[in-house]
Amino acid sequence: MATYLLKRLIIAAITLVLASMVVFAVMEILPGDPARLMLGFNASADQVEQLRNQMGLNAPLVLRYLHWAGGLLSLDFGRSYTYSVPVIDLVGERVVVSLPLALIALALSTVIAIPVGVFSAGRQGRAGDTVAMGAAQLGVAVPNFWFALMLIYLFAVWLRLVPAGGFPGWGAGIWPAVKSLLLPAVALALPQAAILARVARSALIEVLNEDYIRTARAKGLPYRAVLWRHALRNAMIPVLTILGLQFAFLLAGTIIIENVFYLPGLGRLVFQAITQRDLIVVESVVMLLVAAVIAVNLLVDFSYAVVDPRLRGRQ
Amino acid sequence: MTVRVDLPEETLAGVLAKAFGNRSFLIGFAITLLVAAIALLSFVWTPYDVTKLVIADKTQAPSWTHWFGTDHFGRDILSMIMVGARNSIAVALVAVGIGMGIGVPLGAFAAARGGLADEALMRINDLVFAFPALLSAIMITAIFGPGAVNAIIAIGIFNIPVFARVARAGALAIWPREFILAARAAGKGMTQISVEHILPNIATLLLVQGTIQFALGILAEAGLSYVGLGAQPPMPSWGRMLFDAQTRMVTAPWMAIFPGMAIIVTVLGLNLLGDGIADILDPKSRRRR
Amino acid sequence: MKLWKTILAAAVLTFAAATSAFSARTDLVIGIPLEPPHLDPTAGAAAAIDEVLYANVFEGLTRIGPNGEVIPDLAESWTISDDGKIYTFKLHTGVKFHDGSDFSADDVKFSLDRARADNSVNAQKGLFAQIDKVDVVDPATVKVTLKNPQGSFLYNMGWGDAVIVSPKSADTNKEKPVGTGPFKFQSWAKGSSITLVKSDNYWGAPVALDKVEFRIVPDAAAAVPALLSGDIQAFPFFDPDSVAQVKDDPRFKVVIGSTEGETILSINNKKPPFDKLQVRQAISFALDRKAIIDGASAGLGVPIGSHMSPANKDYVDLTGLYPHNVDKAKELLKEAGLEKGFKATLKLPPPSYARLGGEIIASELRDVGIDLEIIPVEWAQWLDQVFTKKDYDLTIVSHTEPNDIDIYSRKDYYFNYDNPAFDAIIAKLNLTSDEAKRKELLAEAQKILADDAVVGFLYELPKVGVWDAKLQGLWENAPIQANDLTKVKWTD
Repeated sequence: MATYLLKRLIIAAITLVLASMVVFAVMEILPGDPARLMLGFNASADQVEQLRNQMGLNAPLVLRYLHWAGGLLSLDFGRSYTYSVPVIDLVGERVVVSLPLALIALALSTVIAIPVGVFSAGRQGRAGDTVAMGAAQLGVAVPNFWFALMLIYLFAVWLRLVPAGGFPGWGAGIWPAVKSLLLPAVALALPQAAILARVARSALIEVLNEDYIRTARAKGLPYRAVLWRHALRNAMIPVLTILGLQFAFLLAGTIIIENVFYLPGLGRLVFQAITQRDLIVVESVVMLLVAAVIAVNLLVDFSYAVVDPRLRGRQ
Repeated sequence: MTVRVDLPEETLAGVLAKAFGNRSFLIGFAITLLVAAIALLSFVWTPYDVTKLVIADKTQAPSWTHWFGTDHFGRDILSMIMVGARNSIAVALVAVGIGMGIGVPLGAFAAARGGLADEALMRINDLVFAFPALLSAIMITAIFGPGAVNAIIAIGIFNIPVFARVARAGALAIWPREFILAARAAGKGMTQISVEHILPNIATLLLVQGTIQFALGILAEAGLSYVGLGAQPPMPSWGRMLFDAQTRMVTAPWMAIFPGMAIIVTVLGLNLLGDGIADILDPKSRRRR
Repeated sequence: MKLWKTILAAAVLTFAAATSAFSARTDLVIGIPLEPPHLDPTAGAAAAIDEVLYANVFEGLTRIGPNGEVIPDLAESWTISDDGKIYTFKLHTGVKFHDGSDFSADDVKFSLDRARADNSVNAQKGLFAQIDKVDVVDPATVKVTLKNPQGSFLYNMGWGDAVIVSPKSADTNKEKPVGTGPFKFQSWAKGSSITLVKSDNYWGAPVALDKVEFRIVPDAAAAVPALLSGDIQAFPFFDPDSVAQVKDDPRFKVVIGSTEGETILSINNKKPPFDKLQVRQAISFALDRKAIIDGASAGLGVPIGSHMSPANKDYVDLTGLYPHNVDKAKELLKEAGLEKGFKATLKLPPPSYARLGGEIIASELRDVGIDLEIIPVEWAQWLDQVFTKKDYDLTIVSHTEPNDIDIYSRKDYYFNYDNPAFDAIIAKLNLTSDEAKRKELLAEAQKILADDAVVGFLYELPKVGVWDAKLQGLWENAPIQANDLTKVKWTD
């Protein structure tokens, strides 16, 4: 098992390094001179050149990459061109919005999807199953930003139950802050829940058809006990895989959803930074998201080993 | 000569009979056919000209003259949805084509060669999967400028590793089979075997995955257009229509509701179709239904 | 169970009574479209800085009132010498900065000297160009000597760029602004909001609001629901296109004012075929200004025929020169040898007037045979490609600076327009102070631009403010870009 985990770890590290090169290269070909942007269009060419030197934009490519990558490792992301504050501060302010949002959405989708999956698997082919899976099919087809628009007008504008957008900050109290994350989380979670429910259902059905489950039932164990204690545990692998993939999807999904609800999260930070050519912020946030995705996938790999003892013997 | 091992006893009539008995397939097929027909119809006829702005008729509620109402420039929403279908289908189809065209050969090659080539491919796959697709699509369109072509490329790139993975997994399962060994013994090369024996046998898998990616492509295009990076006016696009609708929800909710429905129905149809095909052609899944 | 219900009901009633007894609100959330790059009005040109801080946190010797008039601020009164060169300001006493330090004449001298110094980063150094020296007479009196008499001096001292800062905090104002105003800075959540709170030791009439949050809402899509749901109670600069969403709602007050923004279809005058007068005139004939104003600006906005605000006293109405006439446009294109039409690009910056107006204009030009490809660009790209490199055919932009007709005479300006006759008039104008003569020259300048169809003149951008109907005291017009909250209060 140790070799299996070590191999995954090395692969993750290589992916991370390659990703940083890709991100850096992409930023290099992005048009628009950040120095010109900072100084405005009345600045002279000399002033721009001076600032370019100051910002280290004229150094050789490899040197700049090493400098940047080295900074990342020591959590020194440089200074934002537009806000002229350390990027790490900006990111810190935004992470406390995006991460809770993604986590709430992930929790919501799991809480909705697993019971639905279990319910459907138990009633395979019957009316309840058909309705639940029909609803799931529908859920998969709904674009989350469209769903968000509908939610805003229903719950915020008509019913006035929750804010239409914005984030009061955690300083305003836990409940007001969570309240303003509710609609975005629901908008993000529902389509994901639909996918997860389908996966959970088919994984469960697969497991329920295995011989050992039949044996357990034949021995007289109650259906519920078999389902929850044996079947669900063994159906976790595909469910976990999808959860891992979904986390990446949720992080990216926040870009659009944060724009719809104008939440000051990482997604909106990176979107604004792209339009303002605040390259250093774009680089850092993209790297952070990529690192998060890689870390979560690694976590999923690890949890395979925990959930499925058979894997421990392999490799 | 090709050998299809997965469907040895299937006859065309048998498959058809199963297709007509499969609810998912029937509904999905009907919806997909309808959307395709509407898109084709829009080439020759739409109720109104979508390139003509009639400011005086702006944001009119649905009525007998405009079934789905008009938008902020007085264009007929129904006509725009019809023409928009073309754009959605074209973007998603080409993106799937890019994904299949590049991904399948890569996956098949990796499966055939194994070893270092396989390992390298999988690492590149990991790399691409590490980038949240939407974020990368936004970056790509930001670099090359917004537009339908760049949206296609952005979506297509992320289809490549998906198809590479599916093709590789499918091919790996088939390579050890006896009839492949026989073909190798007969002196056929790697490429020849891949084309003649492997591809036909993973076609089902690819078809199912293609349908799923097609549906995802339509959603992705809508998302990109929604943030203003997809198709540009005057070309109508469903996502673009939602983008225009979002600031007018109070006075013209129909501008958001109908294009949203169009996306949902189309994606639903494609997903049902994909499920149906998988059910019909994959004997293992019959058990699950 | 019953008891539990009774307790709950009692609690709800108490709460309701408590809230209605103190119903006059003292907090306000204002939506602003752009985030300021930093918070020092003396070190940046961005209007967003003044929109948050002007008159609220920072004060000057004088200030600009809601109708553009000069009113006393930190200077209680002043006297002007007979030759118009020496201004003696009598300052308010007992004024404190938000950090607790005392305000005195020394701070005035420091601020003005700092702003006009050689290494000053002030965005409007021109305001201080006539100052010869600043002397402290006593802690409550300061004497400013000018090089030449300047009629606009008191107005200039009312700009956001001329506010008085303390030597102690001048260098840190960008992150943590310290002024003398009725509100003090509390916090800035980057990308989200800036919060001000009432200052306890304010020298002047106390303000009614305790806490004000400026929330950054860049797009109209988010602005409308935020307003409707009550999250944000005022948008002093609202997207005209979205006015229809709120104008029939009795909860809101919609105020339409004017700006100095000439919205134009800019043409690259050196790029063929736009170097041909007939082509530019054809474009002008092809434009249907009423449709553009209706479709891109909710019918608000006054058509213009040259580069001058209709509110300006020197305005000449030239809108009749190119009425909407498709046949005439086609005829002119034929004269130019382009009867088959041609292709061109239209680059559009983010504001809705450009993006929506662009779609309409593309459709109108298609009617005369000009096929436009729409290219949306961000401001950063627009500045780079269009404004700096002049790599464009057509673009739409609103020129919001007041009295800026001289931009057409600037060398290398992005219009690529070069007309010595026009340049001569502007040169003459700069040397002329006689009002009647100036009016004549300005009329001539407007006429030349219209005759040459240098650009497609569209309309004057409206200023639309939307806020809660119970809110009082916000500015209806915008003589300067500011959100003066000193007189704002909730009524109930």
